[in-house]
Amino acid sequence: MKRGHLILTALIFWAITPILPGAQADPWSTFKPLKGELVISGGTAHIPVMKALATKIMKVSPGIRISIAGGGSGLGIKQVGEGIVTIGNSGRAPKPEEISRYGLVLHRWAVDGVAVAVHPENPVRALSFAQLRAIYSGSLTNWKALGGPDRTINLYTRDASSGTRSVFWKKALGKGEIHASALFVKSNGAMKSALAGDPYGIGYLSVGHLDPSVTGLAIEGVTPTLANVKSGKYTIARGLYSNTKGDATGLAAAFLDALYSPTGQELIAAKGFIPVKG
Amino acid sequence: MIKARRRPHEWIGEGAAATAALITFALTLAIFGFMGWLAMPLLQGETLTTLFTSVWRPDRGQFGILPMAWGTLAVALPATLLAFPLSLGFACFATHLAPRRLRKTLKGLAGLMTGIPTVVYGFSAVFLLVPLIREMAGRGSGFSIIAAVLVLALLISPTMILILISAFEAVPQPWQRCFDSMGATPEETVWHLLFPLATRSMVGALLLGLGRAIGDTLIALMLAGNAVLAPTDPFGPARTLTSHIGLVMAADVESLEFRSVFACGLLLYLLIFVLTLLVRYLTRRPAA
Repeated sequence: MKRGHLILTALIFWAITPILPGAQADPWSTFKPLKGELVISGGTAHIPVMKALATKIMKVSPGIRISIAGGGSGLGIKQVGEGIVTIGNSGRAPKPEEISRYGLVLHRWAVDGVAVAVHPENPVRALSFAQLRAIYSGSLTNWKALGGPDRTINLYTRDASSGTRSVFWKKALGKGEIHASALFVKSNGAMKSALAGDPYGIGYLSVGHLDPSVTGLAIEGVTPTLANVKSGKYTIARGLYSNTKGDATGLAAAFLDALYSPTGQELIAAKGFIPVKG
Repeated sequence: MIKARRRPHEWIGEGAAATAALITFALTLAIFGFMGWLAMPLLQGETLTTLFTSVWRPDRGQFGILPMAWGTLAVALPATLLAFPLSLGFACFATHLAPRRLRKTLKGLAGLMTGIPTVVYGFSAVFLLVPLIREMAGRGSGFSIIAAVLVLALLISPTMILILISAFEAVPQPWQRCFDSMGATPEETVWHLLFPLATRSMVGALLLGLGRAIGDTLIALMLAGNAVLAPTDPFGPARTLTSHIGLVMAADVESLEFRSVFACGLLLYLLIFVLTLLVRYLTRRPAA
């Protein structure tokens, strides 16, 4: 009985979310009369978009303070659920039990790929799913077998809170093993600097975070470009969510409205993600 | 025999100090108890046996935190052992052996170094030290025990130096002049006068440095690589208990994985407790 009840609640939340905020002609004018503080935490893939939007808003309306922290998707969901932050970001859809436990409302505003990346000097440019699984399970340990230098492959992974990790683990590794020798980093940004500094490393990060300092690998012949993520050809992809406890109100609602406005969607695209509404 | 009447401000002061001491003591115990209570679900039944194994695989219900305990020791002990003699040398030099003009500058430098935020050390080391270690070792990623040890030693030295300097300066000047007049060299003064008199402060500095090394999270988290295997190679990675807590903290509150954080806390407590007792025991004064 109780279990059925839980599932029903979860289904109801699934059905009513995400709520579509209407687009407005000038998203910034709504911020002018607003004041106060908006605290955001969670997914680290979201940070470039969040920061750019927050800077714009704080310029228009000096009475508003927006603080943005990382911590990973798990932390974002936990903190918004416990009322520590107003918006909790996640790079994966919150689990049904998380949605029902905290009464979360989901706002999906972009689609993002998870790219497998190496140092630009590494000659390896493509992998198959089978090779990727062999690398991460520890059965393929030298770059030489893949046409690279004769050096041990340094595995990089993310902590348990990471939405990027859970998407990579499900869609790229098929829930396969990640070997215990893998090195752990705490954010998409830290992953990028680790890979940019290690010619023998391999890791995974948000496609929106790819830049010339790291090289995204083609998986099964499909390169991790925006176009391929958008068309669905690149399959290691996920939505980027901003979650609120109950419906967003006040500053948080205005912030999410701005994210869904044409200007907001342009900004999302400029940061390397595929904007979506709802 | 004169029995002085205690004035109000005396017993008020004494009472306040006693209360403060009592509260501190009670808080320490309370935190210990609190962690034990929160770790309870893990400490009973089957999971207790998995806790003290060397496999951390939360997806399979294995919560072994022993590799992290080894990781903490592998990073903190060498860092302290490296930093202590260096600090001792620096403190002797800055108080007695260096030319007088240089002494003030050196003391100022040590004070300045305590003020540098940990993250600055960590961040610079990611870009400067880690690639260097990778190329020197010719294997691994450079995110290694040795990187964390070197930077941690740099981090804890200034605190030790300042304690040692104040201990050496507390040795009365006339005694030092006595040594001078007997024809002792500065080195002999340091060895035969300062060291015996400052033993207790030296132990204090050592313990404080060790405590900081064990408790520091950021350096190990940024530099030691955090792989969940027990450390075997100084050029390989390690995960300390503190960085493990930092990495797992964001897990689902209801999960056993999250509960294991409190077991790590308990283990850290015990580790520092045992090490403190050990150092005190080894450096106790001979019963003269």
